[in-house]
Amino acid sequence: MSRVGVTRAAIVIGAIGVIEVCCRTGVINHLTMIPPSAMFVAAWHLLGMGAIQRDLLFTVTNTAAAIVIAVIAGFVAGVILNAVPRLRRIVDPLLAAYYAVPTFIFYPLLVAMLGLNRAPLIAIGAVLGVVAMTVNTLAGLDRIPRVYLRTAAAMRMSRIATALLVQLPAATPHLVTGVKLAVSYSIVGTIAGEFILSVAGLGRAMSLAYNNLDNATMYGLMLILIVTVTLINLGIYEWERAVHRRWGLR
Amino acid sequence: MDVRSQAPPIDAPVALDVSGVSHTFVAQGSGAQVCALDGIDLRLAPGEFFSVIGPSGCGKSTLLEIVAGLTRPTEGRVVFDGREVLGEVPDGVGMVFQEDASFPWLSVWDNVAFGLRRRGADAAEIKRRVDYALRFVGLADFARHHPRQLSGGMRQRVCIARTLVLEPRLILLDEPFGALDQQTRLVMGEELLRLWRETGATVLLITHGLDEAAMLSDRIGVMSARPGRFIATLATGWPRERDSQVVNEPHFGALTGEMWTHLRAESMRSIGIPP
Amino acid sequence: MNRRFDGALFTLAVLLLWELLYRVVGSAGLSSPLTTFAAVVHLLSSGAFWKNVSATADAFALAVVFSLAGGLAIGLLLGLSRFAGDVFDPILNALTAIPKITLYPVILLFFGLGMEAKVAFGTIHGIFPVIILTMNGVRNISPVVRKAARAMRLTPAQTIRTVLLPAALPEIVSGMRIGVSLALLGTLIGELFASDRGIGFMLIQSVEHSDVPTTMAITVLLFAVAVVGGMAMLRVDRRLHQGG
Repeated sequence: MSRVGVTRAAIVIGAIGVIEVCCRTGVINHLTMIPPSAMFVAAWHLLGMGAIQRDLLFTVTNTAAAIVIAVIAGFVAGVILNAVPRLRRIVDPLLAAYYAVPTFIFYPLLVAMLGLNRAPLIAIGAVLGVVAMTVNTLAGLDRIPRVYLRTAAAMRMSRIATALLVQLPAATPHLVTGVKLAVSYSIVGTIAGEFILSVAGLGRAMSLAYNNLDNATMYGLMLILIVTVTLINLGIYEWERAVHRRWGLR
Repeated sequence: MDVRSQAPPIDAPVALDVSGVSHTFVAQGSGAQVCALDGIDLRLAPGEFFSVIGPSGCGKSTLLEIVAGLTRPTEGRVVFDGREVLGEVPDGVGMVFQEDASFPWLSVWDNVAFGLRRRGADAAEIKRRVDYALRFVGLADFARHHPRQLSGGMRQRVCIARTLVLEPRLILLDEPFGALDQQTRLVMGEELLRLWRETGATVLLITHGLDEAAMLSDRIGVMSARPGRFIATLATGWPRERDSQVVNEPHFGALTGEMWTHLRAESMRSIGIPP
Repeated sequence: MNRRFDGALFTLAVLLLWELLYRVVGSAGLSSPLTTFAAVVHLLSSGAFWKNVSATADAFALAVVFSLAGGLAIGLLLGLSRFAGDVFDPILNALTAIPKITLYPVILLFFGLGMEAKVAFGTIHGIFPVIILTMNGVRNISPVVRKAARAMRLTPAQTIRTVLLPAALPEIVSGMRIGVSLALLGTLIGELFASDRGIGFMLIQSVEHSDVPTTMAITVLLFAVAVVGGMAMLRVDRRLHQGG
């Protein structure tokens, strides 16, 4: 491993080690935080429990649904805005300012509208992810080199053939980036919703454990959430890198 | 110099007939009317290699787009192979552009096969023609590579192969070697001549390079600064079987000298320096 | 002016859609534009509202200060040292990707309920974009610029002050813009859980009391402030990028 890699590993392991020692020696109160090793044990134990497995399934299925909706809706919105420049001019500043708005403030509203079930969770996740996909779809369509379109015209290709065989592949790197961001944001939205107000899911379980002063469960669940989310994000990040490399962008 | 006196005789077959083409458009941003071309007349015999040379912004690229059918001229008409070109690209036209038009998501082989596949040819025919085109441009060993792994000159050869495979009757090139260094340009010029002889197509080349025009063409049209019109036509008189070594001919120097005599004033005018 | 007309048309369309949605969903879920507007007016004229605004503003201001100052300092350090930047880059990316919401209970345990927790929430949201964009802004300064600085024989302090900071400024400002928005987000979320005052607290209260008009009024106001603030910051950001 390179010097950089070794240093990085040392820092991460060192940080965890310091926290472990602080917890064990009482520098960090055990009511505040349990040692990382205990977190692992708790997480392992929890994963075997049926109730937690159901919560995990609930969270994962809601997140997946939110992502699918965000990606499809975001792509369609991007294509439409690209095709109707007049509409795009109006909507552009809103898109740019979108992520400055704490969109989760709409969650209580969504609960009031859709009821206290999985629908508002999926909705808030989708709402958070959709604009990232739209913005990147637009960027991808904008950045198609003009010469590709002229080449398609010179080959007498129809509009549909040009869209499917030239524009779509040319925009793919940006579309993949959009999916990566939509996934990230949708995850945050669904889990945040579970914390705020929910009937089930890992977020709710964590919130309950906190209220019951059950630190072991709470930290165990936190670890499960963080590891799951990090793995998903890492996987998508690698996919994005591979696509960018293949398209010659990296 | 009168263009018509250098054109093919009236009753000879004409591959491309451009008459009275003028083009005005509205500039983005300023909203001003820009006259790009003013009364262009051009007649090319079948299999002729014609270059258009002129200062920057004189409308050469616009002329090419009009000939290709990508743009409709505000005045005049274009007739290719006996049929008028009306707002869409006619059958039998191949184009090579200055920018790299190779698709990064396809292999070299798939890039070259792209246009042919759209035609619905059968797989065996496609394989035969693509393999041949790749051998012709010297990229047979790179068939499985992707454009990102190739140099700029190689990518242009992919684009040339992609055009060759369609067996066009008219090849339009818009400064195809503009992004390459001078020596690569000369070598690619020879490739272009081979392509021309192989397909027997009529070629219309837009270029900045005096030596490129002098070396490659049967006839050269010198264009003025905007609004573009032909101010001179020169005939080179080279044999069909020529290569870059024509630069050694004394006539070569005379040609570039004559081009520059016409172009010097126009180039200065287009930059804004009073001639 | 075409654009103004289109903008007005769009706003009208949104209002109509809202009214339509209200008719469909009913007053248990939404309130009509008119009712909401009345609730907004009522809020803006109530003293309790402004007390809550100031509570949020206090926490937000502190979170912004910590995010910007801390983010700038750490980002500069990581940007100036190529080695440190390389080491920390993936760590930062991983930390940014973690939904901060999973850390809330931890923060509550450490800071208890109240102002400190809200400021902490705000800071953990706002600091990361500032660090990352500052770091990248400094790292991405063209080597040519650095060579020129060395050729002019500037001291390290002079180099940072007169060459590096101005060169990296557009990206640093972008990071700060995002950091401020996220700090607001974090502060508000903190108020949903960890406070007995502030706008976020008002919001969750109105939900628990099923006071739909107030919920919508607060949402609309927050939305308006965030959009206006966001667009203003964006304009500054864009102007800097065009000049630089």
